[in-house]
Amino acid sequence: MLRTKNPLLYIGLTATVLLSAAPLYFMLVMASRTTDEIVSLPPPLSLGGRLFPNLDEVFANPDVLFGRALVNSFLVATVATVCVVVTSSLAGFAFAKLRFKGRNILLLFVIGTMMVPVQLGLIPLYMLMTKLGLNGGLESVTLPFVVAGFGVFMMRQFAQQAIPDEMIEAARVDGASTFRIFFSIVFPALRPAAAVLGLLTFMERWNDFLWPYLTLDSEHPTVQVALSRLSSGYYSDQSLIMAGTFIGTLPLVVVFIVFGRQIIGGIMEGGLKA
Amino acid sequence: MAKTEARVAPYAFVSPFFIVFAIFGFFPLVYTLWVSLHDWSLLAGNQGFVGLANYRELMHDTDFWRAMTNTIGIFVLATVPQLILATVLAQVLNSKLRARTFWRMGVLLPNVTSVAAVGIIFGLIFARDYGIVNWALGTIGLDPIDWQGHRWSSWLAISVMVDWRWTGYNALILLASLQAVPKELYEAARIDGASAWRQFWSITVPMLRPTIIFVSIVATIGGIQLFTEPLLFGSGINAIAGGSTGQFQTVAMYLVQQAFTGQRFGYASTVAWVLFLLIAVFAIINVALLRRIKSVD
Repeated sequence: MLRTKNPLLYIGLTATVLLSAAPLYFMLVMASRTTDEIVSLPPPLSLGGRLFPNLDEVFANPDVLFGRALVNSFLVATVATVCVVVTSSLAGFAFAKLRFKGRNILLLFVIGTMMVPVQLGLIPLYMLMTKLGLNGGLESVTLPFVVAGFGVFMMRQFAQQAIPDEMIEAARVDGASTFRIFFSIVFPALRPAAAVLGLLTFMERWNDFLWPYLTLDSEHPTVQVALSRLSSGYYSDQSLIMAGTFIGTLPLVVVFIVFGRQIIGGIMEGGLKA
Repeated sequence: MAKTEARVAPYAFVSPFFIVFAIFGFFPLVYTLWVSLHDWSLLAGNQGFVGLANYRELMHDTDFWRAMTNTIGIFVLATVPQLILATVLAQVLNSKLRARTFWRMGVLLPNVTSVAAVGIIFGLIFARDYGIVNWALGTIGLDPIDWQGHRWSSWLAISVMVDWRWTGYNALILLASLQAVPKELYEAARIDGASAWRQFWSITVPMLRPTIIFVSIVATIGGIQLFTEPLLFGSGINAIAGGSTGQFQTVAMYLVQQAFTGQRFGYASTVAWVLFLLIAVFAIINVALLRRIKSVD
């Protein structure tokens, strides 16, 4: 460990955090200006007064459907989050505490799923969704993500140390079924890990871009897809792009500031390490 | 009765994951290989089995190899400084700091921002005529750079986006495992008169080796799949082309371009499998290289 009262450390850290926050700050600056102001030299470094008029214009654009996109993203991310937390808790508990044939191989398979790149399955996934008649709609970006190998693994790691075997044994002696044990003992005990997994899943789904960009039609954008529409094509008013980007980013930054301590805790406990 | 229940229950618990994954994860994976052996287009559908013809074509496809060079170039340019910075940052965050959580949250903040937002924000920051970076270069007397226009400068700008977003996250993962290193090791080293730098190389780096391997494999998977940052860095109607001469088109962008603009599903599936093999090769190289860290010193 390095010496502790080294002012250089604090200077370095302050610089790092400023660099981390600076692009977000510039985003806000540009979102609150007119495009003429953005493209003047020197570029403005302080906030202007155009944030709300810019936002109004973004929401009013019929090609972007920004308001609907916000609702869509919220729905998609929420459904995926609830499903991932439930399915991961069930499977994670089974892998951690129940004995069954094939357990190790199945677990290895779960870990393997985390190594596969998304692009590999894009084309057949697109074909599959077309066959099912789901391409273009929100189901196509929700269904594939109601389970997550990472979530199963994370809940297993947590369940292993958080739930004493004796507790399960005792409940079994009392005649409780496995389902009963899960709902009244295990699930409550998994709550802290479930919260972290839920937050991370929500963020990941909210920020997802590639697959929604490919599959969603113009009637069903999510926020990230709407953002890419703002910034490409016929329509590229820079202050409006930044106003949209600001709104698309704000919810997660707020969530992060409120729950950041828990997320950091989750990472530190090793939940994020494979 | 109760015994049967206890025997069946575990399968019921894990089955939701496996059923959904089989449909939306495993099936597409295997099917890609099948599609890659066919002449298959978006509209016309399967035009017949062609064996390895797609793979042969790929070997001579200069556009593909240009995209491959871009991908590997950006990956190396982004990953090496990222891992070095993250390791140093982890070490710094591991000192006894005031307001620990504040610093940790500060370095993770970029990771909360979506890739789409990052691509758009940095696209404007690196804009040729009115971007902040060029303005800053101007104030210290340097000529502005057309960041999108050249290969090296677009690679550099994209690498900065990747590093901005991921360095803090990796630092925290490394920090988590750093905290498991026994403090006595540092005590002993200090008594022996080892400098902070020496402690870093002789204790921290070797002890972190498994985590560094993990982090760099994850960075490899992410880096070789790079898509959104270069796509939104370019913007415009034909963003998927990655610049006027494809100077920053990545393999993932080429894949999507072949599949959806060119409508060639079979050929794009071939690109996908080659991409997968590339990731596997890089992962192995990674492990092999990092195994040697122990022998440093």
